[in-house]
Amino acid sequence: MLGLIGRRLAYLVPVILAVTALTFLIANLLPGDLAIVMLGDQATPENVAALHKQLGLDLPLWQQYLHWLWGVLHGDFGTSHRTGQTVLNAIAGRLPVTLELLIMAELGGILIGVPLAILCAVRPGSAFDRTVAGIAFGSLSVPPFMLAILLIFVFALRLHLLPATAYVPLSDSLLGNLRSMALPGATLALLEWPTIMRVLRSDMISTLQEDYIAMARAKGLSPRRILLVHALKPSSLTLVTVIGLNIGRLIGGAVITESIFALPGVGRLLLESIYLRDFIILQGGVLLVAIGFVLVNFLVDMLYAVLDPRIRHGRA
Amino acid sequence: MSETPLLEIEDLAVALPTERGPLRAVSGVSLSLAPSRSLGIVGESGSGKTMLARAILRLLPPGARLAGAIRFDGRDLLRLSRRDLRRLRGRELAAVFQDPMTSLNPVLSIGSQIAEALTEHMGLAARAAMARAVALLAEVGIPEPERRAHQFPHQLSGGMRQRVAIAIALSCEPRLLIADEPTTALDVTVQAQILDLLARERQKRHMAMILITHDLGVVAGRTDDVAVMYAGRIVERASTRALFRQMRSPYAEALMAAIPRLDAPPHTRLSAIAGSPPDPTRPTPGCPFSPRCRYARERCRSEAPPLSADSRDHHYACWFPLPDRSRAEV
Ligand SMILES: Nc1ncnc2c1ncn2[C@@H]1O[C@H](COP(=O)(O)OP(=O)(O)O)[C@@H](O)[C@H]1O
Ligand code: SF4
Ligand SMILES: [Mg+2]
Repeated sequence: MLGLIGRRLAYLVPVILAVTALTFLIANLLPGDLAIVMLGDQATPENVAALHKQLGLDLPLWQQYLHWLWGVLHGDFGTSHRTGQTVLNAIAGRLPVTLELLIMAELGGILIGVPLAILCAVRPGSAFDRTVAGIAFGSLSVPPFMLAILLIFVFALRLHLLPATAYVPLSDSLLGNLRSMALPGATLALLEWPTIMRVLRSDMISTLQEDYIAMARAKGLSPRRILLVHALKPSSLTLVTVIGLNIGRLIGGAVITESIFALPGVGRLLLESIYLRDFIILQGGVLLVAIGFVLVNFLVDMLYAVLDPRIRHGRA
Repeated sequence: MSETPLLEIEDLAVALPTERGPLRAVSGVSLSLAPSRSLGIVGESGSGKTMLARAILRLLPPGARLAGAIRFDGRDLLRLSRRDLRRLRGRELAAVFQDPMTSLNPVLSIGSQIAEALTEHMGLAARAAMARAVALLAEVGIPEPERRAHQFPHQLSGGMRQRVAIAIALSCEPRLLIADEPTTALDVTVQAQILDLLARERQKRHMAMILITHDLGVVAGRTDDVAVMYAGRIVERASTRALFRQMRSPYAEALMAAIPRLDAPPHTRLSAIAGSPPDPTRPTPGCPFSPRCRYARERCRSEAPPLSADSRDHHYACWFPLPDRSRAEV
């Protein structure tokens, strides 16, 4: 177990170095200039040069990166030149919104995907199975922004059931918050369930052909116990992996969803910092997202060990 | 055969769907088994033994077609509701499968796999069921049962796993245990131990047992009766003593000749009968064994012999049975 943790942490280092270096490079390839954003259109070249010098923007790129990295190693993720806000503060203010969105998306995806997967796996090829497969395929081929617009159109504009863009913080009202998160959460959940359903369905189908399932039937166990205890647990390893990997995809989805639904989340913060050339925030945000992603997949590995004793005992 | 049978099978047929059309895995099988008696079912691999067992357990592959009748304790198993079937399985009718490496759930502890049958059928509370599970592990000869109960299948050897499977099967005191090649996947040294365990527990519990094997040597001296299967049919059926005294069907004789000797390497036995069983998707009119039978004559190729009994209830399906030397000697 300790070996597993060590290996994961060892992964973390190169992954994070690569991700942040790439972000640094790409961000600086973009046209535009923070000094001009900060000083406005009327800035004189002298003023711009002075600000460059002050912010260290005139240094070679690799020096800027190493400088930033040095700070990170000392726990200093940087401070926005534009707002004077530290990266940690800027992100901490936005993180709850994004976390809530991701949790709603993942929970929604699981709540839709897992029961459908089980029902389909019980009778593969049935009319029900084929219908669900068709809907899943359809949902996968709709781009997230289309789905968001469709949901807004139906539930906000036509039925007036839910607000489209008025974000309510959790601290103001639980119900208001849930209502304001419902459509963005649903957008991502609808993107999430088809993969969950498909992966689990195919694993369940092969598990249900295992000898130990015949044995469980021969023991006279209820179908419910057979499906939920004997079949679901050994079938959920790939599912857990996919959910872990999906978190990365969902973060991408969150950027779009937060923008469409005007949610003050991390995704929108990152997008804004690109518009505003606020690369310190962008860089810090990307770093934290990368760490978060690696940590989630680290948890996935842990979950493997919980689900499968053979992995726990290092014999798989 | 005066006792009312516990299990009665009449003219059972099992057809499985395949790409090449229906595969007749079992045809025209009739059997009966009295309470607390034991029956060995012997035949080469592919002769339909497992499908017969699965038919009794109502655990056939999807799409399988069943015809005939199976009565357990007077109840028609083919007409039982799902719920009644569930109450019967595990409770009155238990099974041990061939491969203990795959028949136990890899992610559930051994103790819980025994205990769940007890909570399901005997209404035991979780704690009582676990205590009983530990006691059962001890009964089937697993050392340190408390510790083992918390372990998972991969932490046990094949022989130990089969003991666990037997503990599961015995847990609710079934009236009939079907053991489908319970020792085929095990080391030779462990095989006899498992067979002895089954025999001992059967006697202790007055339980009926069907012991399925491809090895005639396994049933010798262990079961009351034997049925020899070939190509989905029973070709010979008798008390074990009568069968070993004198085989009447050429197939049983060939199987007998194929019993491995102690000095032979394992898994060489089946090659001992020349040729291979007929294609079960292409039934032929004659005796299914005729292409391989050294006594085959013209009639064998055109007409299938029915299963008929001699005066001592020794059944065989053959037009030209081996002479009953045992009788001649008396
Ligand atoms: N799931 C299945 N689908 C189709 N045919 C099968 C299936 N299982 C077994 N069979 C076929 O049924 C016949 C009897 O098989 P089986 O009962 O397993 O034999 P045995 O247990 O005596 O070795 C064989 O011809 C085998 O190929
Ligand atoms: S009927 Fe003919 S072919 Fe069949 S076993 Fe008897 S002798 Fe052999
Ligand atoms: Mg078999």
